[in-house]
Amino acid sequence: MPNDGSNNKKMSIIVTKGTLDWAYPPFILATTAASMDVDVTMFFTFYGLQLLKKDLGHLQISTLGNPAMEMPMMGMHMTMPNIVSAIPGVDAMASSMMRSLIKKKGVASIPELREMAVESDIKIIGCQMTLDLFEWGPKDMIPEMELGGAATYMAGALESDINLFI
Amino acid sequence: MATQTLDTKGMNCPLPILKTKKAIKGLSAGDTLEVLSTDPGSVKDFEAFCKSTGNKLMESSEDSGVFRYLIEKP
Repeated sequence: MPNDGSNNKKMSIIVTKGTLDWAYPPFILATTAASMDVDVTMFFTFYGLQLLKKDLGHLQISTLGNPAMEMPMMGMHMTMPNIVSAIPGVDAMASSMMRSLIKKKGVASIPELREMAVESDIKIIGCQMTLDLFEWGPKDMIPEMELGGAATYMAGALESDINLFI
Repeated sequence: MATQTLDTKGMNCPLPILKTKKAIKGLSAGDTLEVLSTDPGSVKDFEAFCKSTGNKLMESSEDSGVFRYLIEKP
């Protein structure tokens, strides 16, 4: 098998979520697939487009409505009751806790994974309709983003071995 | 003796694999790469990575929490 960037396998991922935690699955799978010589296309739509903004410092997690989120804290695991999650500033606090946990555990940061995605020639497509809807321009986004729509995605997906919706 | 050693100790999935891919790119055919990792998930990941990419996993071992892989570029 060649080791030069192609085994003729293709994967597409639709990225729909724009929170710090949900940014991980698409970027981890895309960069790993690319490292295994798969030709990867990522299609960012709706909140997923947040992950293509030049600066990613604004990404947050929300503990609201997420009883599965247990943060390790002082030797225990803490969950946040919804009534506490709703207080302004709690999401920001939980997000900064998550960021320090990511660093401490040797987990890649999202900017780092995105840079690796760009470096490994993953095709990054931004949904034109979403940009229009939320009034974002290409100037807000990374220059590697190409614009496209549902038909662009479908053309790639029809040729792909793996299609994921995250 | 491996041509090159890559230390990924302390890094979590998928960084050891991504860094390995990068290092292999810089090698010539027949060169070997030694990878060190502390990620227990890397045992299966390196098997899978080598199987899919055609690189040869010559050795996979563990010594007091450090996993060591020897990979040959075809």
